[in-house]
Amino acid sequence: MKKRLLGLGVALAGTAGALAPQTAVAQDVKTGGTAIVHMISEQRTLNPALRASTGVYNISGKIVEPLIDKSYDGYEPVLATEWSSSEDGLAITVKLREGVRWHDGEDFTCDDVSFTAMEMWKPLLNYSSALQANLESVDCPDPHTAVFNYSKPMPIDLFVAAMPDLGHPMPKHLYEGTDILKSEYNTAPVGTGPFKFVEYERGQYVMAVKNEDYWREGYPYLDRIVWRFIKDKSAAAAALEAGEVHESGFIGVSMADVERLSNDDRFDVGTTGYENNVAHSTVEFNHRNPIMADLKVRQAMYHGLDIDYAIDTIMRGFAKPGRGPVPSAGGENYTDDVKTYDYDPELAKSMLDEAGYPVKDDGFRFKLRHRPAPWGEYTQLWAEYFAQAMKEIDIDVEILTNDAPGFLNGVYRDHDFDTANGWHQFRSDPAVSTMVWLRSGQPNGTPWTNQFGWKSEEMDQMIDDAASELDPETRAEMYHQIQRKAMEELPVIFAIEHPFISVTSKKLMNHHNTPRWNSSSWYDLWLDQ
Amino acid sequence: MSLPIPPLLTYALRRLVQAVPVIVLIMVGTFLLLKLAPGDTVDALVGDMGGADAQFIERLRIEYGLDQPVWVQLWRYMSKLATFDFGWSFVYEQPVATVLMDRLGTTLLLMATSLSIAFTVGVALGAIAARRAYSLTDNVISTLGLVFYATPSFFLSLMMMLLFSVKLGWLPVGGIKTIAGFYTGWDHVWDVALHLIMPTAALSLIYLSFYLRLMRSSVLQVADLDFVRTARAKGAGETRLMFHHIMRNALLPVVTLFGLQFSTVLGGSVVVETIFTLPGLGQLAYQSVIQRDMNTLMGIIFLCSIIVVVVNFLTDLLYARLDSRIELS
Repeated sequence: MKKRLLGLGVALAGTAGALAPQTAVAQDVKTGGTAIVHMISEQRTLNPALRASTGVYNISGKIVEPLIDKSYDGYEPVLATEWSSSEDGLAITVKLREGVRWHDGEDFTCDDVSFTAMEMWKPLLNYSSALQANLESVDCPDPHTAVFNYSKPMPIDLFVAAMPDLGHPMPKHLYEGTDILKSEYNTAPVGTGPFKFVEYERGQYVMAVKNEDYWREGYPYLDRIVWRFIKDKSAAAAALEAGEVHESGFIGVSMADVERLSNDDRFDVGTTGYENNVAHSTVEFNHRNPIMADLKVRQAMYHGLDIDYAIDTIMRGFAKPGRGPVPSAGGENYTDDVKTYDYDPELAKSMLDEAGYPVKDDGFRFKLRHRPAPWGEYTQLWAEYFAQAMKEIDIDVEILTNDAPGFLNGVYRDHDFDTANGWHQFRSDPAVSTMVWLRSGQPNGTPWTNQFGWKSEEMDQMIDDAASELDPETRAEMYHQIQRKAMEELPVIFAIEHPFISVTSKKLMNHHNTPRWNSSSWYDLWLDQ
Repeated sequence: MSLPIPPLLTYALRRLVQAVPVIVLIMVGTFLLLKLAPGDTVDALVGDMGGADAQFIERLRIEYGLDQPVWVQLWRYMSKLATFDFGWSFVYEQPVATVLMDRLGTTLLLMATSLSIAFTVGVALGAIAARRAYSLTDNVISTLGLVFYATPSFFLSLMMMLLFSVKLGWLPVGGIKTIAGFYTGWDHVWDVALHLIMPTAALSLIYLSFYLRLMRSSVLQVADLDFVRTARAKGAGETRLMFHHIMRNALLPVVTLFGLQFSTVLGGSVVVETIFTLPGLGQLAYQSVIQRDMNTLMGIIFLCSIIVVVVNFLTDLLYARLDSRIELS
């Protein structure tokens, strides 16, 4: 356990390169075989240009490739070979790889990029429609050059950081003139990736086979990949142990099984390969409640939370304390030079007394109605810990259990809560992810946005300025400022920063060797058997 | 002047006419109940995706017809249903009829096998236990029955999985077939059979205890009745007494239970199907609730209510056959 924790620390520090599992070096690569992967939930669509979600990428990433991917050495050209921006930031030129063919044999060209950007990325793709709001057109001066024209400056760093998730071109010739949302290719994707889609048996599995015509010569190594849907986490652990499944990602087994299997020689258990999929476990406040609107109360509550204890018991050590809206995996935009709140229940109590909330006759200062997000075991446990810790400082917390639609409506639409908890994923750049938690003016009912009734004109201005700042250094400094302000004013507590955890059979080689491995193409993955 | 329609057919027709308002009521009631649940399928979808912007959500609601008032939605759904059109599943992006048919086979196979095994073995063991009441045999049978009755199905399933798949490696962990095994013909049948052993066993053992306990007490009760004494006095042997006189009468409550359980057959077993990842209707129904997939859920409920009506009818027929005092009218 000690060793693993150390590994995690390094991984989170973001020093890449040295982290990639040193497997393929000593051994000869074996080709062929079927890798079997555990998935908890079924996917409604497998089209990554219509749905930005790790659940989709986990499958579609092998079939459909993005323009740019992320490796431990930085951004890696995939379907794009080079990219540059005009001086004013209004035009971004992307050179496309030549000689790439779709799985049905047609050539991949700029027409596909232009069509997908204008018909899917801008109008239909979640997160991307905000990112590409100012995209005016995509020109194709030649079949392998795409020029993105913006009406307001687009920082190229932001553009590139968004591409691994939000930059998947789809084949124009299969979608043009059809109802894009109802296209049969959304659940039977045609891409350029190392594996070709075969079939999706609902409730059972998705299968993909080797693309013999793949543009990376000599790849992929595997013959086939199968994703099996196993809803029950204990059954998934049994399938891993019986050797019927090779990998379970995104914490697909219970935390108890994560710990048990991490002591089993047959498996690699860890957080490597999720540096780009870091999330924050949060405490969210409803600032419409005058008690919650009192900064002193929120700060006192933070002092009442023993974050290290929660990390050890709930996350089994696979996490670290949060430092505001940008996680330590956020690269240059991250800073740990922020105000922090040590665990100190006595201080918390005296702060609450000062704020004018003494203990009343019933033994409590006040009562909170808390909505926990139903996103799996550790989120529920974090809610229970929160209630317990608040009781220590004499705050009564009633937990209102609800399922996903109930939670989303209760918190983000009806605002029927005092406190809530959940997790929010960081997506490479603050501008396309965590800033919506702080920016006011989000339309009512939009999940994972600032529906907390918190409004700071200063913060809004800082966020808007940072989103269109072209100079990387100035931009990073702006995000440091935002982080400091968020830690001082605590609109939301970004309590725990945690990557996800994978349990992987040691028979898989070259696994988790990129910072968004489960979403990547696995062209170099092979099976030692 | 008499009509040339046999009485059975008139009876069947009358039951059919009675069934229509029942089913319509069920469907309207369920629709409204589901609308009372917080959130709709768009919320569930957005939850799955990890977030979306407001225009996206608004557009989806219009696409799915969820921007209309509930009464309009209900009217649209019911008028479609009148033509046996189950609508479109927004979760599976397929017609609901296709989704249901894909799952029907697995559930029918699993439930029919489990219930038949449970019924025959349960009835036999119950009868034996009753005939040897309070002996060692009875105690062993009754205790085992109680143990399986008290065991939660998820625990039984997981323990079987741990023993037969993880430790011994004899049986596959779950699923309906070996994926990427590409078996055909008898190899395929054998493969599916292997996958169904554990789920069928788990379900049968749990159902079995119901029949066992009911049959045992029913046989004990009937065996004390006057007509049994009369038959014995008239010189009927123990075997004839048991099969002809006691069991035929003791079966009535057991058949009622069988009818009741068979009505739930399409619901499948959510727990067992989920743990063994069998693509059945039970798992589908559970997923549909979580995802607020109205059309699919309504489709399942429609199928279930039809089965209930049909099975009730068949049970009544069987009653009349077993007990000649009952008349169909």
